[in-house]
Amino acid sequence: MAEEVKNTEAKKPAKKKVSPGVLALRKVVDDVYEQAREAKKRGEPVGWSSSKFPCELAEAFDLKVVYPENQAAGIAANRDGEMLCQAAEDMGYDNDICGYTRISLAYAEGFRVGRKFDPATGEFIINPASGKPLKDENGNVVIDPETGKPKKDPKTQVPYEELVNINEIEALPDGPEKEMRLKALKPIRQNLMPMPDFVLCCNNICNCMTKWYENIARIHNIPLIMIDIPYNNDVEVDDSKVRYVRAQFDAAIKQLEQISGKKFDEKKFEQACANANRSATAWLRVCDYLQYKPAPMSGFDLFNHMADIVTARGKVETAEAFEQLARDLEENVKEGTTTLPFPEKKRIMFEGIPCWPKLPQLFKPLKENGINVTAVVYAPAFGFVYKDMDGMARAYYKAPNSVCIEQGVAWREGICRDNKVDGVLVHYNRSCKPWSGYMAEMQRRFTKDLGVPTAGFDGDQADPRNFNAAQYETRVQGLMEAMEANEKNNETKEA
Amino acid sequence: MSIEALLDKFAAVSAHPKAQLKKYKAEGKKVIGVLPYYAPEELVDAAGMVPMGVWGANDQTISMAKEYCATFYCTIAQLGLEMLLNGTLDELDGVITPTICDTLRPMSQNIRVAMGGKMPTIFLAHPQNRFAEWGLQFTMDQYHEVKRQLEKIASKAITPEALQASIKLYNRYRRAARRFVELASEHCDVITAVKRMQVLKSAWFMAKSEYTPLLEELNAELEKLPAAKWTGSKVVTSGIICDNPKLLQIFDDNHIAIAADDVAHESRFFKTDAPETDDPIRDLAVQFANRDHDILLYDPQSAKNRRGEFVAELVKKSGAQGLVLFMQQFCDPEEMEYPYLKKALDDAGIPHIKLGIDQQMRDFGQAQTAIQAFADVLSL
Repeated sequence: MAEEVKNTEAKKPAKKKVSPGVLALRKVVDDVYEQAREAKKRGEPVGWSSSKFPCELAEAFDLKVVYPENQAAGIAANRDGEMLCQAAEDMGYDNDICGYTRISLAYAEGFRVGRKFDPATGEFIINPASGKPLKDENGNVVIDPETGKPKKDPKTQVPYEELVNINEIEALPDGPEKEMRLKALKPIRQNLMPMPDFVLCCNNICNCMTKWYENIARIHNIPLIMIDIPYNNDVEVDDSKVRYVRAQFDAAIKQLEQISGKKFDEKKFEQACANANRSATAWLRVCDYLQYKPAPMSGFDLFNHMADIVTARGKVETAEAFEQLARDLEENVKEGTTTLPFPEKKRIMFEGIPCWPKLPQLFKPLKENGINVTAVVYAPAFGFVYKDMDGMARAYYKAPNSVCIEQGVAWREGICRDNKVDGVLVHYNRSCKPWSGYMAEMQRRFTKDLGVPTAGFDGDQADPRNFNAAQYETRVQGLMEAMEANEKNNETKEA
Repeated sequence: MSIEALLDKFAAVSAHPKAQLKKYKAEGKKVIGVLPYYAPEELVDAAGMVPMGVWGANDQTISMAKEYCATFYCTIAQLGLEMLLNGTLDELDGVITPTICDTLRPMSQNIRVAMGGKMPTIFLAHPQNRFAEWGLQFTMDQYHEVKRQLEKIASKAITPEALQASIKLYNRYRRAARRFVELASEHCDVITAVKRMQVLKSAWFMAKSEYTPLLEELNAELEKLPAAKWTGSKVVTSGIICDNPKLLQIFDDNHIAIAADDVAHESRFFKTDAPETDDPIRDLAVQFANRDHDILLYDPQSAKNRRGEFVAELVKKSGAQGLVLFMQQFCDPEEMEYPYLKKALDDAGIPHIKLGIDQQMRDFGQAQTAIQAFADVLSL
């Protein structure tokens, strides 16, 4: 565990270079998807898996697996979430359903975001409303004399977008039209995720997952492997629960033997478990660097590194990449630098999944107020280490939305204390009922137990229509004022 | 009793659950609140206590529950919590909180916290992989724990014999309820949509030992009647709950009878009997495992559209011309199953409408227009 730095002078933002650890982590995720595409080309079955399905099982069979939640977050961050959510709604899925689910079901049905082009010339049709203002050599915005409005920088302008279906495009006869339409698909890497031949569902994070994966199984007429984790009202995972999950592991192994045509390889399984434990330990080490005050990193970085701990826990490369990142952060500590692009004045826990389509808007008032996110619940939630199969069953029983309120509070308050937060910002996420459902009570407990102010805002992890930037800014401002008042109060008390 | 007197009795019980609660308490009985879905009421009955369904309310407003819930939670769960907080349910001796949907998971925690010293809360987590021996075992483990906590409240042991007797009683109730659904369709001139709801809803507020003989009596009286010469149309209803008399009155006003239902608050609850062996806890677990075609429960043959096709078949078998889906607002499981229900209905050539509802609805103008238009479609 990292030690607290005694020197509390503000750190300098690190030069805008990407550290070796971050590069390695990016490569790990890229490789997961690349290997799945290659396996698909070779005719091997490819799976879609929920984020906290025991990945060690598929690793033991060398099966290539990709992760719809991770994909949906990426699609949303690339601003394609709304169009795909709308596509799912047109398929009959209500707009109250989780945004990740809607994006994923639309993708499973073949929907993609494409760029409009002129069929005669093959040229993209540029949306004149898109792009950033053009600036002159002095950095001043150039005004169009005809309209009196700022001119757009043509380099930043993009084509109109439209919803297309890959199945229709692929059914076209080979030729220039098909080529053009394939080329017009938006070039985001999430669009390259291969379609599934089987699905791996673990509903420890939500029950919606069960219905989501059943729907994918129906859309593609493929087998579903179900690891069911009923909600737990106790902090401990008792033997009855362990027996139930162990039996499901055995059943899943039999199903995976059928799907892969291979026998369960115990050695590979043990190696995957060892890798997963090593990844989790390294992940926790990275998270612990947020205990330094000021921190050598922006806590928002953790949201990006989540992709690795979700998609590749069982791979040795993941463990190595996190270990590298920990070394990079150690270097930042020594050099007195940080990846946070502003001086850290206040530290908060950010509760919930970020609003991926609105990351800049999310970041803006935090930056303006000098607020660093130094705690996220993902750290303890994915930093689980186990010794044996029973331990593994217990570990997967504890997901962010499968634990009782006491466990949920203990996780969060532990990390709030260790990482020295001044306040808590809670995302009431329209996409996530199990998560948001007891946050009001948790907010009361944080204030009572930790003596820190909290604020909540309404948003959504993937559907931009459910986020209001003005409300968010007001709430962050309110939290900042409350944190400052709290600090003064505490100083007075101490004096 | 005459049909009219029986129906009046059910109308009164269904409209005044609080009076029922007071009545049982005055009789010196203990009463346990039971939230959706699929809590084994037989255990409550076997402990000599009365189970009472807590499925929200049509005449209350969400106010105190806002201290716990954001707006995007189903009103059934929110109003359940509201009634636990605002004194409506103060006389309960305990409450069972199942957790099979994403709203009920955190709600179980809110209820436990909110009820603190007020009343014991009994937690229940059903398994989804419920079929194999290990799945049955998990259900049994859960039911043993529920039993243990009920015994504590009742201050008496639940004997195997008492539980066997309760299962027998509940199977009798379920048979009577299923028969009533058939008879309500055959005699839809007498059992209007509103009256049908009142009869079925009363089951949630009466001890089954009291309710079942009354229902059997009603069934016997209905069997004596000549079949209705119905000139209106018939539908199957589907959804979580539709117990609002004002909404159902629109059906009656438009001569739409209910031929059968796929409603969680009605037939989904009583369609599956429990075996009657010498291992009654296991019988209850087997009953849960046998529950099928249910939006809340995992289907191992999920690649097929079994539930959608089951509902389409129900419409055909019941002689209905269409289906009305009451889509409970913010109900993920219902919403997630809708596209494939629609597909099955469309494939079978069955018209349907989807009515968005919640228990805070006070204005039914839009529903009225939709139901009227649907009645016109069905009469073509």
